[in-house]
Amino acid sequence: MSGAAAVAAGLSVPGLLSAAKLPVPGEALDYVAMPGFSTDEEKTPFEDVTRYNNFYEFGTGKGDPAKYADEMSVDPWSIVVEGECGRPGKYALEDLLKPHEYQERVYRLRCVEAWSMVIPWIGIPLADVIKRLEPNSRAKYVYFETLYDPDQMRGQRSLFSTIDWPYQEGLRMDEAMNELSFLAVGLYGKTMPNQNGAPIRLVVPWKYGFKSIKSIVKVRFQEERPKTTWEMLAPQEYGFYANVNPEVDHPRWSQKRERRLPSGLLSPNWMETVKFNGYGGQVADLYKGMDLSKFY
Amino acid sequence: MNRPRIVDRPAFVLAFRLLAAFLACVPLLILAINIATQSLGPDPGQEVTESLGLAAFQLLIVTLAMTPLKRWSGWAGWIRVRRMLGLFAFFYAVLHVLAFLQFILGWSDLWATFTKRPYIVAGALSFLMLVPLAVTSTRGMVKRLGKSWKPLHKLIYLIAIAAWVHFIWQARSDVGEMVAYGLVIVGLLALRWKWNGVRGLIPFARG
Repeated sequence: MSGAAAVAAGLSVPGLLSAAKLPVPGEALDYVAMPGFSTDEEKTPFEDVTRYNNFYEFGTGKGDPAKYADEMSVDPWSIVVEGECGRPGKYALEDLLKPHEYQERVYRLRCVEAWSMVIPWIGIPLADVIKRLEPNSRAKYVYFETLYDPDQMRGQRSLFSTIDWPYQEGLRMDEAMNELSFLAVGLYGKTMPNQNGAPIRLVVPWKYGFKSIKSIVKVRFQEERPKTTWEMLAPQEYGFYANVNPEVDHPRWSQKRERRLPSGLLSPNWMETVKFNGYGGQVADLYKGMDLSKFY
Repeated sequence: MNRPRIVDRPAFVLAFRLLAAFLACVPLLILAINIATQSLGPDPGQEVTESLGLAAFQLLIVTLAMTPLKRWSGWAGWIRVRRMLGLFAFFYAVLHVLAFLQFILGWSDLWATFTKRPYIVAGALSFLMLVPLAVTSTRGMVKRLGKSWKPLHKLIYLIAIAAWVHFIWQARSDVGEMVAYGLVIVGLLALRWKWNGVRGLIPFARG
């Protein structure tokens, strides 16, 4: 237990201490390792996980988020919950996290750009949070939204950006309730670096990385399927489901293989891409009877 | 007897050509340093391929700027470096294509890549059109082709447009940079239109 957490333990109700504090960047977190939800493949080094990012709110270069994401303030942070649920409202992040114990899950992350990483995330199951918000029977989809604040996010100030901010994503309710769906508040044992989507982000490891929306400020339960950012930008290239699938190529490149990072110049780390990023055992049933080349 | 202006002296022109050659090598030097110091990040193949392609595109545009600079300044030095810069653009394009095949494709999936992916097709066309220009850039070929040389080399305008299409198609969400490049190309082509009429822009057309 870290010193800060020990102090918090003295001040707060026992049992609530693991998540009672706002995450401080770089602070060590208490968590339970979840080997059943973790791959034992070699992890992508921390330096690469935190310096090679797609987070267009801070620029389109892979190094831009690491350079500029500290212009975003994540404390205090609140999340608006709305739509078809019993407990809508504006939640302080620490209140949303408080009842939960953090887990560590080592997931594969497959980017739609044909590279991949292995990342030890710290967080809580999305289903546990959703249950507490009491979605009703009309809640067929969950919609997520990233912070929109051009003052803090220089990519949103760009005149030539074709993205209609804020960044928007969504899951079907059964996808969101799947045991793999994860809300991450940290990686490598510490609170989330800003460039990786601090203070809280989604991780859905069987889908391409862009589904795992970062820096979430809004959650909405709704009956209609939400339109998502990349789907609106290029519907022939990016679909709502965006399940990792080597059988369905991106129009501009093949999805049959991926470069597992770090990759070398002389020894490119190619590997075959596996359907559902290797998580078919947990998620394939969600898509029974669906033509995945049509619902890509 | 009048001594030539300093800028017209052979030694000055030679120095200028050396400087231009050095500047054209800078992207390669930067890349070499980044490879040697392993500062290309976790996906170096992608990085190398992208930077070689951008260098080729930039040098292509610089090459296109030499004739206007000559006309405005009246100084022949610009034309004396034009062929060399064009060949450097070709050199970077060759490295870019090899890097793409080696690092991005791994020499697999070739047929689908070059038939089904429009942005690759645009880049490949741009590269293929550069080949005859590079081959016919020697003094001997210029002589041998005579009046046909210039109509052939007007392909460079089409190449610039195809290369730009290759880039803008890949711009993911922020097209600002490629819009800027596009405006420069449009400006350089518009000058040819102004000077030579529309035929001045059409490959293989005389005049």
